[in-house]
Parts: sequence; C-alpha cells; structure tokens
Amino acid sequence: MYLTPEEERIMAGESGPTLQKAMEILVALGDIYEADRLIPIKSAQIAGVSYKTMGDAGLEWISDLEGRVQVPSILNPAGMDLERWQEMGVSAEFAEKQQEIIEAYRNLGIEVQCTCTPYYLQSFSATYGDHLAWSESSAVSYANSVIGARTNREGGPSALCAALLGKTANYGYHLDENRVPELMISVDCELEPSDYAVLGYIAGKAAGKRVPLFRMQSTPHRDQLKALGAAMAASGAVALYHVEGVTPESCRKDFELPEEQLTIERSQIDEVYETVSGDGITECDSAAVGCPHCSPEELEDVAAKLEGKVVDNNVWIFTSREVAASNPKLVESIEKSGAKVLCDTCMVVSPATDKFSHMAVNSGKAYAYLPGMCKVAATIANIEKCMEKGGGAHSD
Amino acid sequence: MEPIRIKGRGISKGSTGGEVLLSEDPISFLGNVDPQTGKIVDPEHCLFGKNIAGKVLIFPHGKGSTVGSYVIYQLFKNGVAPVAMVNLECEPIVAVGAIISEIPLVDSLESNPFEMLKDGMKVSINGNEGWLETKD
Repeated sequence: MYLTPEEERIMAGESGPTLQKAMEILVALGDIYEADRLIPIKSAQIAGVSYKTMGDAGLEWISDLEGRVQVPSILNPAGMDLERWQEMGVSAEFAEKQQEIIEAYRNLGIEVQCTCTPYYLQSFSATYGDHLAWSESSAVSYANSVIGARTNREGGPSALCAALLGKTANYGYHLDENRVPELMISVDCELEPSDYAVLGYIAGKAAGKRVPLFRMQSTPHRDQLKALGAAMAASGAVALYHVEGVTPESCRKDFELPEEQLTIERSQIDEVYETVSGDGITECDSAAVGCPHCSPEELEDVAAKLEGKVVDNNVWIFTSREVAASNPKLVESIEKSGAKVLCDTCMVVSPATDKFSHMAVNSGKAYAYLPGMCKVAATIANIEKCMEKGGGAHSD
Repeated sequence: MEPIRIKGRGISKGSTGGEVLLSEDPISFLGNVDPQTGKIVDPEHCLFGKNIAGKVLIFPHGKGSTVGSYVIYQLFKNGVAPVAMVNLECEPIVAVGAIISEIPLVDSLESNPFEMLKDGMKVSINGNEGWLETKD
C-alpha cells in the first residue's frame, strides 16, 4: 500500500505511540484487503461501546489511548440509557463501568451521541459519495444504500483508528467495482410498512454478504429502508443493497441485472410473523420498538398507537438523545401510557433486556439477535400488535 | 537440522522466538480463551485444556466477535498472551488484536506450517520482515 511521506512519519512513531498503532492497524487492514492507499473520511461512527459486549478488555484498551479524533465522531449505542439506567434495572456496577467507557471515548474528542442512526443527527450529515468509517451494521447499510455514501463495516478498533487519523484504507465498498448488485430479489406482493423488516430478515439469509438488487411492487420510504437494511445486516451480512427506482445508486447508475435471481412471496413473510424466534413457550412479556433508533416519524407513529391507552408490561421505545430532545411532546405523549422512551441504548446491547423471556418487536434485527445475545425469545409484528401483544396495551 | 526460513507476510511488527503450539481449528478469542490464564476453555476446541501463554501460536485464522481483538489485548496485559502468532490467512480480529498488543504476527507462509512444524519445536518469528525460521 502506498503511504504519503506524512503517513510514513506517523508509521515511524513521530506523532506518538497512539497514532503509530492506529496507522499500523489501518495499514495491516489495507494489506489484508489489498488497498492501494488511505483515503480521507468525513466522519466516523465507533462500535464497541456497551460494557456488555466490550468487557474489561475493551475498556482497558480505550483507556490506554491518547490523542484526539480528526473528524466528527460519535458512538454506537451503550448498554444503558446514560441518565435513566436505574429505571431500566441496570446494576450500579455495570453503570459505573459503562460510564468509564464513555469517559474514555470523550477524552479522545468523540462526541457522546450513542446511536445506530447517526444520519438523523443535525451535525452529522452524510451525503452521496462521501467516504465514511462507520461500524454499526444497520448504519453502514443505510449510509451505503439509502444515502449512497461509502463505508465498510468497520470493527470498533478500526473505526476508532480511522477517526484518530481522519483516514481509512481504500478497499471494499469504497470502490465502484464492489458496489454492483450480485443477486436480484423480486418481491412478489404489495408490502405493508411493517413488512420490510420481515422481508429483510428473509433476504439477508439468502444474500449472505452479497449485494442484492430489489425489484418491488411497493415504494418504500426511508424508515422502511432502514428496517430492511438493519434486518439484512443481522440475518445475513449485507452492507449494501439497491432498490430499483428508489435508492440513489440504482437511480443514477445503469446496473447490469445480476444473473442469480430469487423471488420472495407473501407466504414467506407471513410465516416469519407466525414463528417465534428462539425458545418461546411463554406469552410475550414485553415490547420494544427502535432497533434501529426511532426517527421522529416513528415516534409519532408509536404515540398515535398509544393514544388514550395504558400498557401493562414493559414497553421500551429506543431513540437517540437528540431526536428525543427535539420531540418532547411526542416523548411525553408516549410516556403517558406507561411506556418509556429510552436513549443511548437498545434492547440488543443492554443487559437490562435479559430479565424478559419473550419480547414483541417490529425489528428484523432484534428478531434475529434477541435469542442469541439476550436469551430472550422474540415475536415480530407491526407496532400496533407489538403494543397489544407484548405491551398489553388497552384503553385507559 | 539446518534452520529453515519460510517467507510470509508481516502483519504485526516485532521479532521473537518460542515453542510452537499448533491449532487445526480457527480461534474465537472471545469465548474460546480465558483472558485471565490463557487457557483454551471451549470443550469443542482442539486445544481444549491447553495454554497459549508464551507460545508461538499457529492457527488457520480468527473467527467470531470483533471483541476478540480486545481479549488478545487483555491476555497481553495479564502476561498470558502468545509471544507470536502465525495464521494461514489473517483476518481483522486477530490482526488488530496482535498490533495493539505488540505481538508479532505473520501470515501467508510459502510452505504450510501444519506440514512442517510440530508442537514444542522452537521457531523464530519476524513480523517486520515477514518470516518464520526453525531453530532445531
């Protein structure tokens, strides 16, 4: 890989040990993936935040680093709402370790916004063609597919190294040749808004890590694309997809249609709705919405479904702190029902979820991950059914 | 026996020597290895019960969670990391873990180490130049 004289000097340790290590990591990854050079990035989103997944090992490494990030950088969701963790039932020991991780990141100049939807943040815009170093799988999928920006699915350390240097190695989804569709998926029916998460769950399993091109009868909007991409990145490893006539690269480029084709039918989608993920012998005892974090429009939708109702079970609605702060009336309206609007975290990365046995979710990603990561069974349904079946919502 | 030098690709810098420990199975550092002791704790793993501390650990490649990079760092901080590692084909989890822990790492050797080496043999590893050399 070609390095500029300045990059060579950093590699030789002239800018200190942290940047030297960061450069060594980017160069090693560049060598593994045969990158030709480093390219500048516009922003970084760094995974490896929840103490549940990082443990003491991760905390120890971040705490040992010195330096400042060179581009706007934010974090993946943490293991708890940083302010209302007690209400979630998170232990004080966990909270203390979680705060240590957050502080270690803050010391590196990283903005403490813990969200999987960085694209909703006012100060963190990404646009078509931007090179990024993002790491949360649904954010990566959204950036590549819905925005038309370019990022690989960075690991926590590599995203952090990219942030510290303001650069990443030029390989994978940064290159045109890796962004062309490899598999055609035709959807053989009209889709309801909640169906996209289920479609993604099915399509991700079929696509693996390939780039699918969808042909649909319905036209999804951005929240539905978010749900589709998040599910495909969880049940498979899809980091980029296209939808004919909808996503920006598919509209701008004249892609050759992939040879391999498959069709997804209504009956396959219905089957997922009827199947409990994991060991679900019990009835739902909880509901969660906001994987990935809710947009203002989704908060509005939840508020409308809970209008004039109360919930009997735990109902957790996850969003970013910024979106919650800009929509105080929606938050208030949702919480009037007894549901909680929680920030900085989600049902998948928080240890607080482990106390449930069966959660109703509207997310294909949560549906895929809850049994393995939290030992909680999951049922997937639209928001209204989640509130009724999982939350026990009924008229006040 | 004359020392034999096998060329490969240097992934993580540094040079050192030690005793070979071969693992035919890939290693998921998160889950397979106890970060406090360096012992392989997964009963399904071919190295179950063995200790990787201080060894030249030779395995096909890493797998599993990216948190594995941090587990390698924890092994290093606890003084129970391998002294060097060799992969058939390195992937990012082990590459990053080795670099942050300053453990020399070489991959893509010109000859298959599983055919040439046995447990307990002494070898030198050079991650700067990218080679493995047998000592005896």
